[in-house]
Amino acid sequence: MHTFISPVLWQFLVKWLTHFAIFPPEASGIAPYTDALYFYLVAISIFGFVLVVLLVTVFSVLYRKERSPEATQIEGSTLLEATWTIIPLALFMVTFVWGALLYFRIFNPPTNAMNIYVVGKQWMWKAEHPGGQHEINALHIPVGRPVQLTMISQDVFHSFSIPAFRVKREVIPGRYTTVWFEATQPGEYHLFCTQYCGTLHSQMIGTITAMSQQDYEAWTAGSTSGMSLAQNGERLFASLGCNSCHSGDAAARGPNLAQVYGAKLPLSGGGYAMVDDAFLRDSILNPTMHQTAGYAPIMPTYQGQISEEGLIDIVEYIKSLHSNFRIQQTLNTSQVQNAVQEGISGAGHSGEAAAHPASAAQPKVVSQ
Amino acid sequence: MSSTIVSLPDQTTATLPKHTYLNNEYGLKSWLLTRDHKRIGILYLITITFFFFIGGAMAGLVRLELLTPQTDLLAADTYNKVFTMHGIIMIFLFLVPSVPGTLGNFLVPIMVGAKDLAFPKINLLSWYLNTIGGIMVLAALISGGVDTGWTFTTPLSTHYVNTHVITAGLAIFVTGFSSIFTGINIIVTVHRMRAPGMTWFRLPLFIWSNYAASILMVLGTPVLAIALVLVVLERTIGIGVFDPTKGGDPLLFQHLFWFYSHPAVYIMILPGMGVISEVISTFSRKRVFGYTAVAFSSVAIAVFGFLVWEHHMFIMGVSSYSALIFSLLTMLVAVPSAIKIFNWAATLYKGSITFETPMLYAFGFMGLFTIGGLTGVFLGSLGMDVHLTETYFIVAHFHFVMVGGMLMAFLAGIHFWWPKITGRMYPENLSKLAALVTFIGFILTFFPQFILGYLGMPRRYAAYPPEFQVLNVLSTAGATVLGVGYLLPMLYLTWSLKYGKIAGPNPWQATGLEWQIQSPPVVENFLETPVVDYEAYDYEWLANKTRNEVHTVG
Ligand code: HEM
Ligand SMILES: [Cu+2]
Repeated sequence: MHTFISPVLWQFLVKWLTHFAIFPPEASGIAPYTDALYFYLVAISIFGFVLVVLLVTVFSVLYRKERSPEATQIEGSTLLEATWTIIPLALFMVTFVWGALLYFRIFNPPTNAMNIYVVGKQWMWKAEHPGGQHEINALHIPVGRPVQLTMISQDVFHSFSIPAFRVKREVIPGRYTTVWFEATQPGEYHLFCTQYCGTLHSQMIGTITAMSQQDYEAWTAGSTSGMSLAQNGERLFASLGCNSCHSGDAAARGPNLAQVYGAKLPLSGGGYAMVDDAFLRDSILNPTMHQTAGYAPIMPTYQGQISEEGLIDIVEYIKSLHSNFRIQQTLNTSQVQNAVQEGISGAGHSGEAAAHPASAAQPKVVSQ
Repeated sequence: MSSTIVSLPDQTTATLPKHTYLNNEYGLKSWLLTRDHKRIGILYLITITFFFFIGGAMAGLVRLELLTPQTDLLAADTYNKVFTMHGIIMIFLFLVPSVPGTLGNFLVPIMVGAKDLAFPKINLLSWYLNTIGGIMVLAALISGGVDTGWTFTTPLSTHYVNTHVITAGLAIFVTGFSSIFTGINIIVTVHRMRAPGMTWFRLPLFIWSNYAASILMVLGTPVLAIALVLVVLERTIGIGVFDPTKGGDPLLFQHLFWFYSHPAVYIMILPGMGVISEVISTFSRKRVFGYTAVAFSSVAIAVFGFLVWEHHMFIMGVSSYSALIFSLLTMLVAVPSAIKIFNWAATLYKGSITFETPMLYAFGFMGLFTIGGLTGVFLGSLGMDVHLTETYFIVAHFHFVMVGGMLMAFLAGIHFWWPKITGRMYPENLSKLAALVTFIGFILTFFPQFILGYLGMPRRYAAYPPEFQVLNVLSTAGATVLGVGYLLPMLYLTWSLKYGKIAGPNPWQATGLEWQIQSPPVVENFLETPVVDYEAYDYEWLANKTRNEVHTVG
C-alpha cells in the first residue's frame, strides 16, 4: 500500500492512526469501580438496542406486505406490556443503586486524606499546598495516598476534571466544594476545566503529575516558597487586624478562635453551627451571617479586601490554632512597635509597615 | 382479532381539488394576516427551515474547527459565539417550535375534527412572536454575537462576558411567549373542540403527545422567562439574586434554568413521538399496540419530566440526598420511553408492512432514540454522571435524542403529511436515499462522541489534546454526510411542489380524520362536521368505508 503514497504521508498516517485513544487510563482507586458500572451500562444498552433492532428487523421481514397481505388487528397485551415495563425498570433500579453507591464513594473522602486547595479563575488553576507550594495549571500528588481538594472559584463556574481518575467537581464562586481521589499509577494526566467559563475555556487545562512517595517528597522540598499557608495566614491575621478582637483574652470583643475548627458553635439566633472551612470563610466575608452567641455584631466585613488565596491562608491558620499563644505574641510585638514608632515620628512609618504589616493595619481596626 | 386488507388507491386518476386553503386567497398579505391554522403551520415551516439552515451552518463551522486539535479556523471567542448561536437557534427557534408549530398547527384541529384552533388570532400572534424572537437572535448574531452557551450560566452571563446577552435573553423571552400561546391553543382545542363522538380515547396518539408537550410548554416556559429576566436585571442593574458577593446564589440560576430546560427536552421529543405512532401504525396497517399505555406514557413523561431537573447539577455540590431522589426519578422517567419503543415494535407484529420514506425515518428514530434514551440512563446514574457530565458524552446523548430522535421524527412527519399539506407526493426513491444518508451520517457524526466523552474530552472546547483527533475527524466527516442528508429533502420537496405526483385524499390509506378529507384541505377543513363512530387506527372501518365508496361509485 505504501508504494502508492508518499512515505512521509504514510508515516504520518500510521502515526496518526496508532496514536489515538479509545479508553482513558485507569489511574485512581475509583476508576475501576466507575468502569465496572460503565460496562454494566454498556451491556444493558447493547442488550436493549439489539433487542429493538431484532424485533424491528424480524417483524419487517416476516410481516412485510408481500408475505403478509393482511394485518391482524391486536388490541394490546397487558402481560407483555407489564413485562417490558418491569424488566427495564428493574435494570434501571440496579443502575440507580449502583450509581448511588459509587457517588457516595466518589464524594465521601476518607478521614486521613491530605488536603490541597485549588482556586479556579478565568483561565487558570491555582493549587496551594499546605506547605506553601504554589502551582499553576499543574498539580503534583503522591501515589497511594488519598488527596482531597478544597476548591473555590474567584469568578465564574469552573469544573475540575481528571478523566484518568474518573472524578470531576464543579468549582463555584462563593462556596467551597471538595473532591478526593487516590492516584494508583505514577504518570501525567490531563486536568480539564469542563464547565464552560468564557473565552479561553479550552486553555484552562493542566497536568496532574502523580509521583511515588519519595519523588513527591523531593518535589515538595524543592518547590517550597518558604512559608506555609498557615504562616501566610498568620501574617494576614495580624495585618488585617483580626487579632485585635480575636485575641483570646477573656475580655476580647471577638470569640476565641483557638481550637474552634471542627467545633459546634452556639449561634446568637439559637441553634448551633459546625465550624468548617465554609463557616470560617463566610464569617470573614459576611460576619453577621452566623453570629456567635454572646458577641455583638460589630465585626466589619472583609468582602473585597482579601483574595480567595488569602482566605484560604487564614482558614488554614485558624485550623492550625491550638492556643492563642502566637496571637498574643504578635499583639504584643505590634503594640510595642506602634508605641515606639509613634514616639519616634508622628508620620510615615511606611518602611516599617512593609516589614510588619500588622503595624499598619493596627490603628485602623482599633479605632472602630 | 380480525384482519384487514388495505390497498393503496390508484393515484393516476387523482386530481387536485378546485378549492383549497392554498388557492383561497393569494398574495403576501393573505398569508401574513391569515388566521387559518394550516397557513400558519406553513409560515412556521418556512421560518423554522430558515433557522435550521442557519443553525446548521453554525454546526458546520464547529465541526470544521474541530477537525484539528488547534484553534486554527476560528479564534476561541468566535468558536464560543458560534456554538452558542448553534444551540440557541436549534433549540429555541427550531426544535421547540418544530412539530407543534408546523405539524401541530396544521393537524391538531383536523385530527380532532375542528375547523380551526381555539384562538386563531393568538395562533397568528404566536408565529409573529416566534419570528420577532428569531429576528432578535439574528440581531444579536450580526451585532457581534453572544458567548454564554445556550445555558446562560451565571455569573458568566451576568458579570463576565460583554457580548449581546441581553438581546439574546430577551429574544428567548419573546419566543417563550410564542410557545406558551401554541400550548394554550392546543390544550383548549383538544378539550373543547373535539367533533361529536371523538372521545379522549379515540384521539390519535399524535394528539396525546402534543397535548402532553403543551402542558409542559405552558407550565415550564414561564420559569425560563423568570430566569432570563433575572439575568437581564442582574446584568443591567445588578439586583444580586445570583451574585454571591451580594448574598445571591449562583446555583439558584441552575435550578430555575433546568426547571424549564429539562421539561423542554420533552417538549422537544414528545410531539415527535406522536408522529412516530401515526407513521408506524399507518405503514403496518395495524392499530398501535397498547394504545392506552402509549397515551398515558406521554402524560407520565410530562409529569415526571418536571421532577428531574436536578440531574443536570449532580456535581455542583447539591445535597447528596436530593441527588438520590432526582436520580431515582430520572430512572423512572426513562421507563415510559422504553414502553413506547416496545409498543411500537410490537405494533409491527402481524402487520402488513411497507417501507415508504416516513417509515424509514421512523425506524431510524427507533434505533437512535433507543441509544439516546439508554445513554440518558448512564447520565442519570449518579456515580457514572460524575465522569460523563460536561463531556462529549452529554453532547452525543442529547444529539441522539434531539437530532436522531426529534429531527428524524420531524422528517418522518413532513414526508408523511406532505401529500396532505401540498396535495402532491414527494419523489419516493430520492427520499429513501435521503433517509438512508441521514442515518449513516448521523451515526458517523455522533457515535464517536460517546467514546470521546468517556475519554474525558470536555464539551465547548475550541482546542483539544491531539490524541482525540481521530475520533473528531470521523465526527466531522459524518457531519458532511449528514449535511447532504438534510439538503436533499430541501431540494426535492421544493421540486415536488410543482412536479410531484398528485396525491389524492388518502395516499397511505391511513385512518386519521385528516386523511378522510381532500388534499390539500379546504379552508374550513370539513364541509360538514364529522361524526366519529370508530376508534383510532380502525383499519376495518377504513376498509369498509373504501369498499362502500367503490360500491356507490360503481
Ligand atoms: C430516556 C430518557 C432520558 C434520560 C434518562 C435522560 C437523562 C439525562 C440526564 C441525566 C442528563 C444530564 C446529564 C448531565 O448534565 O450530566 C441529560 C442531559 C440532556 N438531555 Fe437527556 N435524558 C433523556 C431523554 C432526553 C430527551 C428526550 C432529550 C431531548 C429531546 C434530552 C436532551 C438532553 C439535553 C439537551 C441534555 C443536556 C443539556 C445540556 O447540558 O446542555 N434527553 N439527560
Ligand atoms: Cu434533563
